[in-house]
Amino acid sequence: MIKFLFQRTIGMAVTMFFVSIMVFIIMELPPGDYAERWAFRKFSGTGTEITEADIDNIRAEFGLDKPAPERYLKWIGGIILHGDFGEAFAFQTSVNIVIGQKIWLTLTILFSTLIVTYLISIPVGMYAAIRRNSIEDYTLTVFSYLGFALPNFLLALILLYVSITYFDSTVGGLFSPEYADAPWSIEKALDLLSHLIIPAIVLAWSATAFQLQTVRATMLDEINNLSVTAARARGVPEWKLLIKYPARLAINPVVSTMSFDANRIFSELPIVALVLGLPELGELLLKSYLDLDMFVAGAILLILTFMIVFMNFLSDIALAILDPRVKLIEG
Amino acid sequence: MTSTTNETINGPDLLDVKDLKISFKTDEGIITAVDGINFSVKRGQTLGIVGESGSGKSVSTWSIMRLLPKNSIIDKSSSIQFHRKDGKKVEITRLKPNGRELREIRGGEVALIFQEPMSSFSPVYTIGNQIIEAVLQHRNVSKDEAKEIAIDMLDKVGISNPRQRFKQFPFELSGGMRQRAMIAVALSMNPSLLIADEPTTSLDVTIQAQILKLMRDLQQDLGMAIIFITHNLGVIAQVADEVEVMYLGKILERGTAKEIIHRSQHPYTQALLKAIPQLDSTGERLTAISGDIPSPLSRPAGCPFHTRCEKVMPGICDVEMPNPTQLSDTHTVYCFLHEEKDV
Repeated sequence: MIKFLFQRTIGMAVTMFFVSIMVFIIMELPPGDYAERWAFRKFSGTGTEITEADIDNIRAEFGLDKPAPERYLKWIGGIILHGDFGEAFAFQTSVNIVIGQKIWLTLTILFSTLIVTYLISIPVGMYAAIRRNSIEDYTLTVFSYLGFALPNFLLALILLYVSITYFDSTVGGLFSPEYADAPWSIEKALDLLSHLIIPAIVLAWSATAFQLQTVRATMLDEINNLSVTAARARGVPEWKLLIKYPARLAINPVVSTMSFDANRIFSELPIVALVLGLPELGELLLKSYLDLDMFVAGAILLILTFMIVFMNFLSDIALAILDPRVKLIEG
Repeated sequence: MTSTTNETINGPDLLDVKDLKISFKTDEGIITAVDGINFSVKRGQTLGIVGESGSGKSVSTWSIMRLLPKNSIIDKSSSIQFHRKDGKKVEITRLKPNGRELREIRGGEVALIFQEPMSSFSPVYTIGNQIIEAVLQHRNVSKDEAKEIAIDMLDKVGISNPRQRFKQFPFELSGGMRQRAMIAVALSMNPSLLIADEPTTSLDVTIQAQILKLMRDLQQDLGMAIIFITHNLGVIAQVADEVEVMYLGKILERGTAKEIIHRSQHPYTQALLKAIPQLDSTGERLTAISGDIPSPLSRPAGCPFHTRCEKVMPGICDVEMPNPTQLSDTHTVYCFLHEEKDV
């Protein structure tokens, strides 16, 4: 197991190294750089003549004149050694401050969505498999396909409308006005939780629909497995049988696709966040790209990708614990 | 009902199956898999059931443990009577599905081993885990005691280093070892009847011989009865006391192993015997039975074998199922060839 953990950790580090290079290349790709943009903003309309030399000066001031590998090393070095993601030019402060709270809120949304997804899809998928071809099974299938079919922003709007009209709650944002700037307290946490419900439902629906069908299908395969009949032939009670044999294996495909779910949630989050007025990273990412504010964009890309790679790492380990065959092949 | 002691002396029936009829509801309609068969198993004896795939041999025996899928129907007139260890006689077909009494019988009194030892173990639990599960289900022992029973059983079925194997996963054992482990699971609960559903089919010939010997030895030690299912008459000759030949849900011939191997009277049994490779007949071609076993959806009328039979008598065989003809106390054949001689 220790060897396996070690291998996976190395694998994760190597992946992150390549990811960071890719992110840096993406940061470099747009034509022009922040120096030009800054000069344009500052001097346009003032009648001042801007020469190449002026822009070069600005570039030097921001440290943008150095060759790309050097800038990459400085950037990644700062992140690894000091947790410093560089400077957010447009905000004239550090990236850490700009991203700070939004990262935590984004991650909170991510994890609450994942929790809702798994809490619903795993038991319900198992239930649908056990009651295969019953009314309940068909209803659940229809309901979960609705999750596939409805666009998230529409779902968000519907839920927004319902909760404002019928439950009289404020849904925009992640906090009620009175808690928005208050220091952290139990009340504030509860307030956050109540605001998380709708985004979590909206984002979890399609992921749940997908995982529910996966769990149901795997469970159906496993229920008809000879090893289940063998256990039944040993006199094991039916409910114990289902939990010990098919249910345990039905979790595997869910565990192994956790990072897919994270990826899906990250891609769907910006639109949902826009509709629900959530402070999260997607909007900031777009804005920083428009401003050519590269370190902000880079930091967001790097952190989100890291989350996905990390989830992959977690699901590898969880799978190795759940299924002894995994270790045999890998280790 | 006679007293238990009396029965033991007379070599009583452990299991009595009468007019067993099993069909399956499918999308294509109702398929009859077993069509009104009778058989019985005596204590400590081995009954061999021979037949091709699709003959209903597995279905008829799985029904003894009520392990058939939900779309199966056991006919109301069918009777499966089993004598429990405490001397009580139970009608298996009347038991509550997955109820307590059925679960006590499953494993505790009737055990099952399969053709595929790999897929009959769950890959995510150790061998030991799955034996202990069985022992704890049926014996009032602690977990540690169950572990000792399990290790003892692994040792008994000839698995070397049982303490080590106990902790291993099924995929870490060889095919022969897995089948031994499967037998260990089945016998750890000390059943009075073991159903062996083609237990040696997926094994090498040498391993096959070892497993057959092991089963014979264990049967003598533990005194259990065995129903041995196979398509291989060569294997049956080595293990069975009594043999039944099944075809398309019907029994065509029944007799002692000797009678079936050496004095078979049914054209189907004779054809099966000709299909066994013999070492002393090099160069000779094996005789295959022509054609395929008909689909159970379109069961032929009359004797089910008449579509492939060399000695078919048109107008007779394809009209009615022949009545049993008693050739000796133990030997019965269902064939018009013999019925006519008697009449």
